[in-house]
Amino acid sequence: MTQTKMIGNKAITVNEEGYLVDFSHWDKQVAETIAKEVNIDLSQRHWEVLNFLQDQHKKEVALNIRKVGSSGVVSIKEFYTLFPQGPLKTATKIAGIPKPASCI
Amino acid sequence: MNEVDGDVKKMMIILSKATLDNVYAAFILANGARSEGIEAEMFFTFFGLEAVHKKKLEHLHVATVGNPAMHIPTMLGGFPGMEAMATTMMKKEMEKIDIPPVHEFLDILSASGVKLWACRLAMDMFHYKKEDLYEGLDDVLTVGGFYERAKGVGTHMLFI
Repeated sequence: MTQTKMIGNKAITVNEEGYLVDFSHWDKQVAETIAKEVNIDLSQRHWEVLNFLQDQHKKEVALNIRKVGSSGVVSIKEFYTLFPQGPLKTATKIAGIPKPASCI
Repeated sequence: MNEVDGDVKKMMIILSKATLDNVYAAFILANGARSEGIEAEMFFTFFGLEAVHKKKLEHLHVATVGNPAMHIPTMLGGFPGMEAMATTMMKKEMEKIDIPPVHEFLDILSASGVKLWACRLAMDMFHYKKEDLYEGLDDVLTVGGFYERAKGVGTHMLFI
């Protein structure tokens, strides 16, 4: 089940968990709005991590916490500090990419 | 269960075994909790202590005897080298799907905010000292201390 959500005056489509269905709907305002919903103010560091995740997604790399930790972009500890409530789950939602299916 | 909304808020995972499959099950459940925004704490007791023992944690094995899921006749499972072979195969398969080795997995758990506790009684029984154990261990704890940490709505306890 998908639903339509208004961000500013733009309509975006999200799935039942709130993940964007179509990445072409994503922009910085969308990211900031989703981040605000989970009480995160996006800093420069957040953006660096989000850009990395989007880049990995574009390269069709299956994301997991181990890969993020060994990327050199962000340590696992900092990743949890930036996105405290389940970092990979939250960060991918803000980045407009699908929720990773990995158990790691 | 008579809880507000049934949400799992915290997982208290007790690991009492040191066979690789049990250790990984416990680690994956703890890591999985953290990645869902759920708190997680682990209590290493009895043979489970080997998973945080510096000298032993890299040498854990899968059990080939008494493990029907291995589909190896019990007699053969006991032959020299069988456990080592099964373990090597399992580790190879795990690396393929990005499951880290035990020490690296402990580092990930610790960095993710999983609390790691060693059981006081088991430490005494095996004559282990704190310095024998993984450096990221939070502390040595009594059972009572572990229960104390389980307080609150939405805490679940799991024995492996």
